[in-house]
Amino acid sequence: MSRREEERRRSVFTRRALVLGGMQFAALGLLGARLHHLQVREGPRYATLSDENRLSVRLLAPPRGRILDREGRVVAGNDLNWRAVLTAEQAVDVQATLETFSRIIPLSDAERSRIERDIRRRRRFVPVLVREFLTWEEMAAIELNAPDLPGISVDVGSARVFPEAEHLAHIVGYVAPPAEGETENDPLLMLPGIRVGRAGIERHHDRVLRGRAGTVQLEVNVVGRVIREMNRQEGVPGADVQISVDAEFQRMVRAKCEIGTSAVVLDARNGEVLAMATQPSFDPNIFSSGVSAEQWREWTRSRATPLINKVTNGLYAPGSTFKMVVALAAFEARVATHGETVFCPGHMDLGDTRFHCHNRHGHGWVDARAAIKVSCDVYFYEMARRVGMDRIAAMARRFGLGVPLEIELPGTRAGLVPTRAWRQARGHAWNLGDTLVHGIGQGFYQITPLALATMTARIATGRAVQPHLTRAIGGQPVQGTRAEDWPSLGIPERDLRLVRDAMWAVVNEQGGTARASRLPAGLGQMAGKTGTTQVRRISREQRERGFNAATLPREFRPHALFVAYAPHDSPRFAIAVVVEHGLSGSAAAAPLARDILADAIRHFGGQRLAEAAR
Amino acid sequence: MRFERRLLARDRGSGLLRKFWALPWSFVLLLGLVAAVGYVALYSAGGGSPEPYAARHAVRFGFGLVLMLSVAMVDIRLIARLAWLGYAAGIGLLASVLAAGQMGGGAQRWIDLGVMQLQPSELMKILLVIALAAWFHRASHERVGNPLFLVPPLLAVLLPAVLILRQPNLGTALILVALGGIMFFAAGVRLWKFALVAAAAAVAAPIAYDNLHAYQRARITTFLDPESDPLGAGYNIIQSKIALGSGGIWGKGFLQGTQGHLNFLPEKQTDFIFTMWAEEFGFVGAISLLTLLAGVILFGFLVALRCRHQFGRLVAIGIASNFFLYVFVNVAMVTGTIPVGGVPLPMISHGGSAMLTVMLGFGVLLSVHLNRDADLGAARD
Repeated sequence: MSRREEERRRSVFTRRALVLGGMQFAALGLLGARLHHLQVREGPRYATLSDENRLSVRLLAPPRGRILDREGRVVAGNDLNWRAVLTAEQAVDVQATLETFSRIIPLSDAERSRIERDIRRRRRFVPVLVREFLTWEEMAAIELNAPDLPGISVDVGSARVFPEAEHLAHIVGYVAPPAEGETENDPLLMLPGIRVGRAGIERHHDRVLRGRAGTVQLEVNVVGRVIREMNRQEGVPGADVQISVDAEFQRMVRAKCEIGTSAVVLDARNGEVLAMATQPSFDPNIFSSGVSAEQWREWTRSRATPLINKVTNGLYAPGSTFKMVVALAAFEARVATHGETVFCPGHMDLGDTRFHCHNRHGHGWVDARAAIKVSCDVYFYEMARRVGMDRIAAMARRFGLGVPLEIELPGTRAGLVPTRAWRQARGHAWNLGDTLVHGIGQGFYQITPLALATMTARIATGRAVQPHLTRAIGGQPVQGTRAEDWPSLGIPERDLRLVRDAMWAVVNEQGGTARASRLPAGLGQMAGKTGTTQVRRISREQRERGFNAATLPREFRPHALFVAYAPHDSPRFAIAVVVEHGLSGSAAAAPLARDILADAIRHFGGQRLAEAAR
Repeated sequence: MRFERRLLARDRGSGLLRKFWALPWSFVLLLGLVAAVGYVALYSAGGGSPEPYAARHAVRFGFGLVLMLSVAMVDIRLIARLAWLGYAAGIGLLASVLAAGQMGGGAQRWIDLGVMQLQPSELMKILLVIALAAWFHRASHERVGNPLFLVPPLLAVLLPAVLILRQPNLGTALILVALGGIMFFAAGVRLWKFALVAAAAAVAAPIAYDNLHAYQRARITTFLDPESDPLGAGYNIIQSKIALGSGGIWGKGFLQGTQGHLNFLPEKQTDFIFTMWAEEFGFVGAISLLTLLAGVILFGFLVALRCRHQFGRLVAIGIASNFFLYVFVNVAMVTGTIPVGGVPLPMISHGGSAMLTVMLGFGVLLSVHLNRDADLGAARD
């Protein structure tokens, strides 16, 4: 390149460097002018703002959305809550203010340290809760002493109330103050006395229910008096959530359940939960105002586990209620035809081991329908032997057993349906004896009552309905209310019909295991299946001595199970009932399920009539 | 890249010592003054104590000084030869923090060096300046006019910009792009080409915006308009303005800034250190500090104008402009002039990454100054 070329390049650069430099220094000059404006011309105004007045930004808490039941009854709402708050930037001396306050309303050491911690962690303009649920006397005392309490103000917040108390506790859940470190994402959570959903619907739909905080910018003087409001942004109130449970029906169901019993009723057509009862329960209102240590100990130490929802977290072997799944697996694998019979002599021998039928004398020749109707174990030993555990497990999953369900209750257990691989991964061989035991629903299964109800709804409809609770959010209905919203299970209608017919026979035919539990006249017919699951192995000696479970201590007695749907001709309700240590499905669980279904038909049928009349 | 290996006409054997004495010590003194302002402001931000900020600031400045003087001793031709290697290393660092961040499940912007944390995005700005300078050094004026010649440097700007954007750090990415633009301008790229790129960006921006997730859009909205979030960035700006304004002409006096000391001013030791200083030392103090900072920038421009090779000129102007962008964006932010956030004031703010990378850049600038007459070979057509 020539010298001339280099000169040209240099002159272009020089020109442009001067332009750039000029622009940059002009920009810095602009900043200088801006500083002049702020510090010299506006200086006095800002000095006033800084010295006498403070800008204060306050959050406006939106009301938390309510939870409504199927009929629009409020099952979680808001009540007024008068409380004292302390705004650090308005207090001359936080310690002195708290000292004076505790002479009027005593504060415990724990409260004091909580308040001081909150003050340290939060912005100085964010009020910190000092005491809530004030009585009229306490409020008057604070107002009277206001001049001695700089920074303290009384405001009205809201408290969560649960009108149905323990009846819906496990579904609606409860609220509690946010945990440490939880406050960072949402400024709303820094507000004094704010509550977040800790369980159930309150937790699942917490974001929806919470809404968004509004803000107001205030100019306040040194003692915290508001001079004027400068800028206001309204928040977004939390949306109401409507759930599918009918609170009145729920109370009826709970009234029938004893301690240790759980029952769940689904709308078989779409999976909506109509009632979900577990005994014992707890009062979620206690959480709103803070749980005492003794109360917490009582709840967590109780053997009856009142905080645990047994419908979603109780794990049981399904027992004979599982037999429909085994039959359907056998049909699909084409290892048995509908009419094919198996001879039941009362037991089945495999090597040295004898597998008993619950009927010691045997059922004789039984086909699939008869085997379900009389709950013949030998028939299902044989079916399990033919089809194998893995195909049984695959069919069980299609019916919602051992898989996560879409229910909006955080912590719901998926349960377990074992496979050979599952057992082998734990270092054990899976042998044929295991398959036989699992063919009658005993063994390693861990199934929730909710999953059993889901299975029943799926048998009744042939569709993969998911149990769910949400009907509408903010008045907008959610998807899944129509049967057509749910995909087909892909099981031949012919197979399903046989199983349904057999379940009908269980209740309505002579010799069926739940023959005693037919629905009262005029309410149609139900179809169901009993189950009794051993809590403890029965030894050979016990069997030979003429074993009677009723003589066992209560905690060793078998659990009683029953699943059913009704009406048989057009299924509307699906139910699962588990009576812990109830001895036998037909004696303890089936009558309870019958009573609940009768209530359901009367209650919802009556409603339908009322709607039609309107 | 080919550089002729002819030795300087001047005697190289005179050694490092002579080179050392030839350093522009007035500039080093200027930097020392700026760092001293930082020490005073951080002493105040620490509540009238060298702990926890000011003492560490002094240590970092000492470390930065050694780094700067060491780099100043490096021959500019070596720096030019390593330009693209350095660029590749910078990209590698950016990619690795991005990967680490993704594995950690959150935004990650720095690498932990034990004594300090290194933000590769800060380092990348210096490395980009050097790489672009090396590229344009080869170019005659005619060649710069060829659009195809501009494609590789354009990509060299966009690649790190995209990586920084993914961190996500919109502010630093925009500053990097602005720096690239300044380099293109200084290299002699015609103005209408800038207009073209700006127009293309204006068309592409809404399309890109539409394809963003809702949370990403929210982040951009808060970035562009912090006052829309009156409890976060907006609150800071309001309080910063009150602090500045209440400082008045002469300030409230050392350690007397009420806004800062009453903790109304958040992040006072980092992004809002200028506010801290200006509240206590007033308009006079603020303008004095701005003048010192302007002096640093001016030195960069003088080095550029006096340099006899294109590489050095471009490096010098890039490093000066990088410093300018920091200063401008930070001061404009704390005065509520432009709505952005998260840019420190280098040499003053608490935090090592910005200070060390800026001083590394000054080392290169000094090397340009010492080698202003070096022969780096000519441009090719």
